[in-house]
Amino acid sequence: MPSLKDLKIRINSTKNTQKITSAMKMVSAAKLRRAQEQAEAARPYAERMEKVLGSLAASMAGKDNAPALLAGRGSDAVHLLVVMTSDRGLCGAFNSSITRQARKMARDLKAAGKQVKILCVGRKGRDQLKREFPQDIIGTIEDVAKPRLTFEAAAKIAVRIRDMFEAAEFDVCTIIYNKFKSAIAQIVTPQQLIPFALASANENAPTENAGVASTLYEYEPDEASILADLLPRNLSMQVYRALLENSASEQGARMTAMDNATRNAGDMINKLTINYNRTRQANITKELIEIISGAEAV
Amino acid sequence: MADQVHFELVSPERLLFSANVGEVVIPGTEGDFAVLPGHSNLISTVRPGVIHILDNGAQVSDRIFVEGGFAEVNAGGCTVLAERAIKVSEIDRSKAEQALADAREDVQDAKNDTERNAAILAVNIAEARLNALNTSAY
Repeated sequence: MPSLKDLKIRINSTKNTQKITSAMKMVSAAKLRRAQEQAEAARPYAERMEKVLGSLAASMAGKDNAPALLAGRGSDAVHLLVVMTSDRGLCGAFNSSITRQARKMARDLKAAGKQVKILCVGRKGRDQLKREFPQDIIGTIEDVAKPRLTFEAAAKIAVRIRDMFEAAEFDVCTIIYNKFKSAIAQIVTPQQLIPFALASANENAPTENAGVASTLYEYEPDEASILADLLPRNLSMQVYRALLENSASEQGARMTAMDNATRNAGDMINKLTINYNRTRQANITKELIEIISGAEAV
Repeated sequence: MADQVHFELVSPERLLFSANVGEVVIPGTEGDFAVLPGHSNLISTVRPGVIHILDNGAQVSDRIFVEGGFAEVNAGGCTVLAERAIKVSEIDRSKAEQALADAREDVQDAKNDTERNAAILAVNIAEARLNALNTSAY
């Protein structure tokens, strides 16, 4: 049976932990709102980009001079996985669910006889992956979202990916990130960046084609050079979008995790307090009995 | 409104400009072009330069410097997607001059073709930015 003093110390330390977790919850709620606003602001650009790219890609389809970023190089021997995680922990299963997916993909690719390279964005992903794939990690990018996430930072990552592609260091690039659905639900999403797969083209192909057929564009200069100009921009945009989704997801996951932690701490404090009061009462009763039986004996 | 164009300037971080205007002059890679109501459908790349926004009386109401991007014109209006844009009145002359000097130095110091091309691109942008300051509206 712990003494009264031990119990008091435990209650106090749990209370301190609860203060920290509830503060962290509030901080991430504020950050989540900001991240969501940022993601919202990026949407018009992404949508228009996708529309233009869709109509261009449709008109380029079937031609054999399509740029390598769109059509690929015809081989898929070397895969690059860009694993996006956070720099900080205490956000529930956020990082482990991404690395689990990354690990699975890497294993599957290796089993199929492909070579795998991993580029980590965020410290946590590297820490979790370096145990199993120490030779495959070719680099880590840290602190992308410090002090805040900018398009420039995303463009830098995109340039690095593009340089590697042009140096023929990989054939297929896939980015793995958490798509933000709500504060409670994040979906791990692998998305192929190079060669570029038009996400919307697969989902609503009929409407897409109808839209292209009804608006015929003049191109200035020609389609091929516009496409060549557009694809690198699109790559940056996709990276930026993934980073935005990821940072919103991270804050959401942290908020939920810290909410749970705060509630658990509360439960624990209640239990400990009951225990404390019982022990105190038992001590008083014991003392009383001692006094009474002492008085009776006299 | 038949005699107005809906013009939007979008950057990845936010929607910068969205309004109905009389006319827009856009610096395309193959020359400036003006977008008036009823312009045919067009997709063009944009070189570093100044977008002029004209009101109904054909007076320049806004000048915005963009560092390249691309423009789309269709029946719904005109949209320019630019990665970076700033109003000409907000350009800091000393900073612009400094950027140009730095970029020229980078061209000198470039070790390989990729670096040199990147630096030349930066020089072009910096020159265009200074030009935007030096020239006045039409």
